Amino acid sequence: MNRRLDPPPPGPAQEGRTGGGPLEAVFLRAGADLDGFRAATRRLAGRGVPPERVLWSIGETPGLFGEATDGPAAEAPLRLPRGIAEMVGAVVPHRDPERYALLYELIWRILQGERRLLEVSSDPLVHRLERMRKAIGRDLHKMHAFLRFRRVEAEGPERFVAWFEPDHHILAAAAPFFVGRFRALTWTILTPEASVSWDGTTLTFGPPGRREDAPAHDGFEAGWRDYYESTFNPARTNLTAMRAEMPKKYWRNMPETAAIPGLVRQAAARTGAMIEREPQMPVKRNPARAVAAMADQAPDSLEALNAIIRRSEPLVPGATQAVLGEGPAGATIAFVGEQPGDQEDRQGRPFVGPAGQLLSRAMGEAGIARGEAYLTNAVKHFKFEERGKRRIHQKPTAGEVSHYRWWLERELEFVAPKLVVALGATAVLALTGKAIPITRARGPAQFEKPYAGFITVHPSYLLRLPDEAKAEAYAAFVADLRRVQELGQSLRV
Amino acid sequence: MDETLAKKLRILADAAKYDASCSSSGAPKRSAGKGELGSTTGAGICHAYTPDGRCISLLKILLTNYCLFDCAYCVNRRSSNVARAKFSVEEVVTLTVEFYKRNYIEGLFLSSGIIKSPDHTMELLTRVAKSLRRDHGFRGYIHLKSIPEASPWLIEEAGLYADRLSINVELPTEASLERLAPEKNGAVIQNAIAQIGERITQAKSEKRRFSPAGQSTQVIVGADATTDEALIRKSALLYGSYNLKRVYYSAFSPIPDGSTILPLKSPPLQREHRLYQGDWLLRYYAFTPDDVADATEDGMLSLDIDPKLAWALKHRHRFPVDVNAADREMLLRVPGLGARAVDKIVRARRHTRLRLDDVARLTSALKRARPFLITADYHPAGGLTDRLDLRARLADPPQQLSLF
Repeated sequence: MNRRLDPPPPGPAQEGRTGGGPLEAVFLRAGADLDGFRAATRRLAGRGVPPERVLWSIGETPGLFGEATDGPAAEAPLRLPRGIAEMVGAVVPHRDPERYALLYELIWRILQGERRLLEVSSDPLVHRLERMRKAIGRDLHKMHAFLRFRRVEAEGPERFVAWFEPDHHILAAAAPFFVGRFRALTWTILTPEASVSWDGTTLTFGPPGRREDAPAHDGFEAGWRDYYESTFNPARTNLTAMRAEMPKKYWRNMPETAAIPGLVRQAAARTGAMIEREPQMPVKRNPARAVAAMADQAPDSLEALNAIIRRSEPLVPGATQAVLGEGPAGATIAFVGEQPGDQEDRQGRPFVGPAGQLLSRAMGEAGIARGEAYLTNAVKHFKFEERGKRRIHQKPTAGEVSHYRWWLERELEFVAPKLVVALGATAVLALTGKAIPITRARGPAQFEKPYAGFITVHPSYLLRLPDEAKAEAYAAFVADLRRVQELGQSLRV
Repeated sequence: MDETLAKKLRILADAAKYDASCSSSGAPKRSAGKGELGSTTGAGICHAYTPDGRCISLLKILLTNYCLFDCAYCVNRRSSNVARAKFSVEEVVTLTVEFYKRNYIEGLFLSSGIIKSPDHTMELLTRVAKSLRRDHGFRGYIHLKSIPEASPWLIEEAGLYADRLSINVELPTEASLERLAPEKNGAVIQNAIAQIGERITQAKSEKRRFSPAGQSTQVIVGADATTDEALIRKSALLYGSYNLKRVYYSAFSPIPDGSTILPLKSPPLQREHRLYQGDWLLRYYAFTPDDVADATEDGMLSLDIDPKLAWALKHRHRFPVDVNAADREMLLRVPGLGARAVDKIVRARRHTRLRLDDVARLTSALKRARPFLITADYHPAGGLTDRLDLRARLADPPQQLSLF
């Protein structure tokens, strides 16, 4: 794909002119004059002026922003391979006065037919431009990393100011990072070439700053230096590695670096002292206490576990309260549903909505006393989507089921039922960790747990069936519950 | 900043510095919305370097260095005589926010000694992360060191606020744990790592936030007799089966109040360096654990040459390699050619026949690469690849091992 940067490739008629001819002078503003370079390139390439006949001059005064560019901007755009515009934008902030000549040479060669030149990193010109681009990237990175704000000591809202000296003309390129990070703050960055301010909504470039324009102190600098000193490990001293990443030229604007000479001076002695020091005999080496503390932390009753569940927030925001399990501890049969519905969420009790009522009816017909069974859900909070005034139930995802499964496991350990009935696919997933289709697995099941298992449908499934299918499905559900009742009887002993 | 807080900071930063990981990478890029503070850049930023050459990216502190546990390698073990301190949740939050506003840090790396119980401690760690996110609109990086002995639902909650969760393996074998960290249990650690791994994968597929920058761990090197080969195989398992983002190797460092059951000597920094190189071969150079094992002698990587060179010297029959013809996999095996250099070679040779000068512009380690390469104008003369003294010619000078 070609990116339109700026005039068409020179025709054959122009190629003959590359030999002699007068020099063409181009004047660009100081700093990163991307617009000026583009306009000049369009003009020169459009007229087929070869690189060796162009003399690039850069102005004395830095005028980074808001100045009109000279020359007609209405020339036809150059058709250049992708990546060129990016390379130009990246290299223009470089302080090397040759940057424009090198970029123009690159564009010239591409227009002469080396369309894939940028892919040839081994070419001396491309290699040099890549190194310049890398230098800019590094300069930007170091500015983002090493710039330090100081808080202005004044009444009113917090305001921060930083002084920084970049190697290249990168202030405009560096600013968006600070906006994205410190959007809620008000700040100014001063450099010898220009300044930039953010007031919470707008970015404004201004005149050069001076070091004295930034506050001389900050209340947190001493603490930061303490941190810097304390996090240093003298046994690993490696000054070469430090200087490679944090060259000395940056140090004067970084408050913590004042600690470096002292740290280095003492490092050898500190390490030696550690090594020579007679190792201490552990005074009270007694793992038993820690192991006991670990055993103690686990909730030791269903009430204690329920207190933890009640305190916790829903994974998906919205639910009124956690809906806990209900029924006697030691119940022979436990029923595990999916998650609380609208009514359950309001009342804080499981299986009290339409599906719960249907379950109660079926349990009665199958000879299971609801008050003697334990009823709970895989997920403890109601998840819904609001449609008008109604809260429509949303099926929990596998991730939500995993999130809640630890509680279900612990809960069933406390209740210690002989038989656990999984109502529907979510319950099966919570109890087995596997997604198993109900139609295939319906009936007695093995959950690899200390209790027997049984799989059947969730009562809400019956509510969703068309009327003509309801009666038959309900009868099958009751038949399942009868088997559950019989199984429970046989396991009771 | 008042002096009490400063004093705590000194103690609890000093106590946290033996954790090698400080990276703020891997989180999805994000920036502050209206009224919010903080962003993540993907690769992370090193805001300063200490004289040990290590990067300061995060405020790396312990919530407290009081600890019930008595791990022999740890400066904060219960029986050591170091100064102790404990931050409140609010103090950690204040330090993080104020340091962040001044552009000192990318975020917080919070770990802790175990006080009262693992659950109690884990709840405190999570409260810090939650308060930063909820009360301060903090969008910077948060790395929580999880406590494997804590109840699983607490790890679930921590993952909702942290960018990265990590659990330190510390010692690679059960026998070493038994001897040096009697309260720890390898199976418990493994289960917690598996739980986090499973939830990260699940959350990704459901587009939900759970430790989005993944999971990392740390292994201590040189506190027990584990070989480099065993460490690399352990790492390969952690990357492969547990989906870890990073394994950090931390050379066992003498600590101010050493224990009698561990040797006090200079940390094996060069060994740590070679392990990282071996680790990179696994992750970026398509080496198998067997390949890396093949580069060792009696299970240990050489200190004077890098593992890729060691492998190449053992497999000289596969060299020299023609840079203008060889496939990418084979170029990656050439000593001195990094993954980026290989990519540039593969791209450039579509348009030109590469000469030795060209290759010199693509790698900074031509000296090491030269005996193993063929270019358009160069062939290692006189069987350079087969010379017996090749190893000696390419090895690092030995004085690199000395520290000062």
